[in-house]
Amino acid sequence: MKIQIYGTGCPNCTKLEEFARQAAFELGLNAELEKVKEIKDIVAAGILRTPALGVDGQVVSQGRVLAVEQIKSLLQDRTK
Amino acid sequence: MWQQIVDWLVYAQLGLPRESHFAQAFNFFVYDTVKVLFLLSVIIFLISILRTYLPPEKTKKFLSHKRTFIGNVMAAVVGIVTPFCSCSAVPLFIGFVEAGVPLGVTFSFLVSSPMINEVALVMLLGMFGWKVALIYIGSGLVIAILAGMAIGRLKLEKWVEGFVYKVKSAQTFEETWTPRERVRYGYDYMQGILKKVYLFVILGIGVGGFIHGYVPQDFLVRYAGPENHFAVPLAVLIGIPLYSNAAGMIPVVQALLGKGMALGTSLAFMMAVTSASFPEMVILRKVLRVPLLVVFFSILTVGIIMVGYLFNAFF
Repeated sequence: MKIQIYGTGCPNCTKLEEFARQAAFELGLNAELEKVKEIKDIVAAGILRTPALGVDGQVVSQGRVLAVEQIKSLLQDRTK
Repeated sequence: MWQQIVDWLVYAQLGLPRESHFAQAFNFFVYDTVKVLFLLSVIIFLISILRTYLPPEKTKKFLSHKRTFIGNVMAAVVGIVTPFCSCSAVPLFIGFVEAGVPLGVTFSFLVSSPMINEVALVMLLGMFGWKVALIYIGSGLVIAILAGMAIGRLKLEKWVEGFVYKVKSAQTFEETWTPRERVRYGYDYMQGILKKVYLFVILGIGVGGFIHGYVPQDFLVRYAGPENHFAVPLAVLIGIPLYSNAAGMIPVVQALLGKGMALGTSLAFMMAVTSASFPEMVILRKVLRVPLLVVFFSILTVGIIMVGYLFNAFF
């Protein structure tokens, strides 16, 4: 599984990345974290607000820093 | 109701004499802090919930290929409830342009979203009353609409960085919300804002309380009253760099208003604080060439100054 963090490097993006890492760790997932920083790639993914979170290239949330619990439930939905 | 509770606390319980400067300043401080923090919590919570119904993804769709004026008005109105994070300005801008939202309409949104700031709005409501809060929204809307229409009319598309028009975006992701998630989002957002601004609010009200109690009446009439014609541009120039401290500035401005600063000057100052900011300009430079940035910035500054004069003339 690949988890994408979309964002140009604002403090919120860093926070989301940290929470996503934590969520994947707590679930014991073997996930690879991928940071998408290039503005063209962010827009190409259909994102208007950063930070955004993607799972295997599919955007699952944008414009907010989700809590670890929320990321966990999103990841669990995707692994089913 | 709050005033009576605070009076009782300050005068009866703490035994401070009613006529002392210190007691007056302290009373003002406690009263305003309680009231403003309460209003901030309730209103930000409600606005955030409303906002989950109106994400920019939807805005983009209905603004696409809208005509001048109608499009500008709609963009400015939606901008009120949309929160503005300067780190999202670039993807938002590209996404709008890519979806066929006209440049001028996009700018109306980009002006109104940061200018009509919900924290500033609540502070105004709490400290000046609903009339001034409405005036603030109204003049913000007018500036956003006119600035967008001017930029649209000037046909400045050539000053947008070329790559913006080449980007092809995927289907925009739209979230689905359960009622529970909306409430949770509202609560989280409110908590985040409060954490960010409460110190500024308390500090600002503290300084305001000091001015209220110690600075003589009409102290500022000479410098910032309606007779001084340079007060408005000066206030705007001071306000522009003060971006992040809107929450703290408003209580101070309110106290200054009581000491003779004119309403238009105060309003212009607050708008300059919440809207035109240098960090935002630096970020927008990624998609806009310098001449367009200069035009944008100038229209905004002139618009704010005009609102200031207008209010000084009528109030």
